[in-house]
Amino acid sequence: MKKNDNKSSRNYNNDNRDYQDYQDHENNDSEKRNKSGQNRSRKITDRQIMRVTYFFLALFVAMTAYYVHFQIKEGAEIINNPYNKRVDILSKSIVRGSILSNDKTVLAQTRTLEDGTEVRDYPYGTLLAHAVGYATHGQTGIELIANYRLLTSNAPVMEIASDDLNGQKHIGDNVVTSIDLSVSEVAYEAMGNAQGAVIAIEPDTGKIITMISKPDYDPNTIEDTYDILVDDETNSNLVNRVTSGLYTPGSTFKLFTLYEYMKEYSDYESYQYDCSGSITVGDNTVKCSGTRAHGSESIADSFAYSCNSSFINMGMKLDKTLFQATCKKLLFNTALPIQYPYQESVFVLNDKSSQFESMQTMMGQGKTLITPIHLSMISAAIANDGILMKPYIITAIENHHGKIIKKYQPFRYSTLFSTEDTIALKKCMRSVVEYGTAKLLNSDRYTAYGKTGTAQLEDGSRNNSLFMGFAQTEGKKLAVCVVIEDSGEGTMPAVTVTKAIFDCYFE
Amino acid sequence: MQDIFFGISKYLFVILMSFFVFFSYIIMRDKNNASHKAALGVQSAMMFVLHFIGFLIILMKTQDKTIVLFYGAQLVMLILLRGLYGLIFDDFYSKGLMNNMCMLLCISFIILTRLQYRMAIKQFIIVCVAVAAAVVITLIVSKARYLHRLTYFYCFAGIALLGVVLVLGQTTKGANLSISLGGFYFQPSEFVKILYVFFLAAFLSKNVGFKKIAVSAVFAGLHVLILVFSRDLGSALIFFMVYVAMVYVSTGKMRYFLAGLAGGVTASVAGYHVFPHIRVRVQAFKDPWAVIDSQGYQVTQSLFAIGTGGLLGLGLYNGSPKSVPLVAQDFIFAAISEELGGFFALCLILLCISCFMYFVKSAIQLKRLFYKLIGIGLAVAYAVQTILTIGGAIKFIPSTGVTLPLVSYGGSSVLCTMFVFAILQGVFVIGCREENEARNMEENRQEEG
Repeated sequence: MKKNDNKSSRNYNNDNRDYQDYQDHENNDSEKRNKSGQNRSRKITDRQIMRVTYFFLALFVAMTAYYVHFQIKEGAEIINNPYNKRVDILSKSIVRGSILSNDKTVLAQTRTLEDGTEVRDYPYGTLLAHAVGYATHGQTGIELIANYRLLTSNAPVMEIASDDLNGQKHIGDNVVTSIDLSVSEVAYEAMGNAQGAVIAIEPDTGKIITMISKPDYDPNTIEDTYDILVDDETNSNLVNRVTSGLYTPGSTFKLFTLYEYMKEYSDYESYQYDCSGSITVGDNTVKCSGTRAHGSESIADSFAYSCNSSFINMGMKLDKTLFQATCKKLLFNTALPIQYPYQESVFVLNDKSSQFESMQTMMGQGKTLITPIHLSMISAAIANDGILMKPYIITAIENHHGKIIKKYQPFRYSTLFSTEDTIALKKCMRSVVEYGTAKLLNSDRYTAYGKTGTAQLEDGSRNNSLFMGFAQTEGKKLAVCVVIEDSGEGTMPAVTVTKAIFDCYFE
Repeated sequence: MQDIFFGISKYLFVILMSFFVFFSYIIMRDKNNASHKAALGVQSAMMFVLHFIGFLIILMKTQDKTIVLFYGAQLVMLILLRGLYGLIFDDFYSKGLMNNMCMLLCISFIILTRLQYRMAIKQFIIVCVAVAAAVVITLIVSKARYLHRLTYFYCFAGIALLGVVLVLGQTTKGANLSISLGGFYFQPSEFVKILYVFFLAAFLSKNVGFKKIAVSAVFAGLHVLILVFSRDLGSALIFFMVYVAMVYVSTGKMRYFLAGLAGGVTASVAGYHVFPHIRVRVQAFKDPWAVIDSQGYQVTQSLFAIGTGGLLGLGLYNGSPKSVPLVAQDFIFAAISEELGGFFALCLILLCISCFMYFVKSAIQLKRLFYKLIGIGLAVAYAVQTILTIGGAIKFIPSTGVTLPLVSYGGSSVLCTMFVFAILQGVFVIGCREENEARNMEENRQEEG
């Protein structure tokens, strides 16, 4: 191996000439002609090489760190997307996890039969059909929102390894929700045979306490009943009315009219109106409910008695362009920060609208449409000093042993009302309960605030009953929206359901 | 029984790969002793075992008997490659780098066979040709004394080739990248990369005055501009970074490096405003979810693949990597991460870093500036390309349409990358020879004294 012949030594000397070429620097190094100088220059070059190397190593390290960060933090969230078609793959090696209520009661779970087939059980059947959803015929509800989480397993590493070695399926993670079973059951029963929607939110966190939509279906049998339900044009059992039900707000909309009036007229506290039971503007006359004359009213009185005349009076004085902007800020015609598929609320009044449409809109009829979840978010914001917390229903992910994998934190979405405005609105909403249309909600266990609504449908022959508001005690608050369809004239079933919910929650 | 094997294989892959990479770092500090040789031996063994397991799984999943032949052919090729080098160059080449290269090839064959058998066979044939060429190239580089004098040949050949592509090229997805010669598509920018590095190395090893730097900038700029107009932005970026690095190393003036970076940033910003297809890429990078069914489709599918695979991977044949467009080329990292797992993919990144470090080592080991520049130039080209392709697949940076050297499918890419490895092996040969001579001269001096 010793290649020590003359030829290679000679070549070695020849190459010194390259050094001399190299030395034509701007920096005149006087020692450049001898070998130690050449070595020093070479060392300098090596230093430069190392600097370039470190630069690229830094880039590599940054990229690696980003990759690890992605795997650990982001991966699980982003793969939960309808464009990701890998569900079937996951379910081959993972048993779908369970969905739990706020006290860890099982709302949905997978049971493996002896022959290996898996059955998805929903112990509470129709109660939470829309909130929890189903996973046996596509996915809806929480089964959809948390689809990949339920098909991911964060079981301890040793258990995963041992499952792999034994050819067994891993057990998926469990999803813990904020759903309160007792409130849900109370609300469900209070609705009776009626159709409609109930949603209750905790205002200071945004947690969804209950979500009921009727008519519903039994998720345990959805595979068999799906086709029938989808074809049934009269019932829409599969629609989640809380998020996708667009309702005429009726008098609950007067809150928005009130708020706009307060913003445009800083002397609103001295507002006074004499109600004679109806109001005529131009060619159009609108009557108050039951043609009752409410007499002399302050602004709070108008709100408490839900006086159509007074509100149309207010409404005619409003700038419609500003009102449009206000409604947009209050989440009409905008994307909502919720995880469920939903419909955007609609508000279309503008300068070109007819007088008749303006009058109708100011009292809550017209073309305005709102979803129950949107209304509940407005209540929640008012209950929380004007700040809207992002509604969420999944509070944590746990592995199947109960170890917490991820906790979801409340998120402050936006400030809808200033503190001042909140106080003023609350005052009016309190009047509704104290002496107005929602006296039923008076209780010594809690203080309730809200606004009732009776919305007339197209031909006036049918009504929906609505309520939006909240109740609070020292330590607790709850914001709700209840819609009961086809409620009949003069009755307030929405308030009755609300009372049942508050009584249960503030036990 | 089969399922248990498949279950174990996931862990085996990770264990073998991580040990392999671990060893590759240890071996970099070469000390010619027994434990070093043992380490090399263990490393090779791990690679062959991993290669075997990979193809065993493929055989079991596809039930295709021809896989056995294919595997055998690869085995023969690997043994021939290593044997030839050992025979011709004795111990004077880098065995660590050889192992790294072979491991990358093994991973490539496994994943490409999984993705599309015929593609893998085509790739294998090109690799065989490359092996033959590699031995010759290493010989040439290690022996030829005149390489540093061919400055202008390198320069004009490179520009000519690029010009041909710009004019006659086939447009692939908006970029003029390849030309077809009798049914084979080949991408000249890959070959030109080598010519370009040689040109700059030859030029900069002699002349480092400011005027001469300016001249080199003009020629380098010409290369980069042609690439930009061909819409081969990835290659343009590679060529640019190589230039900046080589100028800095040869002049030692940090201001050139900083000026280069600043210039690059300015040019990128300008390009962003001028070229709509750059804007589209950047938009797709910033919020691919908003354009998930159009420009963002590729990178979101890549993230889905990587995310769903998780750290342990779904296992070979269990994922759906083909939902990622161009998965065998620019996005092969996504396929590897999805099926072989995040740990494995992490080791792959470390393996690429290891190759980069070997390239740098060749630059350090040699004394002549020309070879140092070759070493650092090719190292930077490799580093930039790897970062661009992996970074694009994980949404670390916008995707730029470059391949992962030696792993992605691509005839020109694998051929040229093997040429690059061969060139650097040639540089190592020179280096080892010089060290050996220095050692001999020391011994002779001691004997005389």
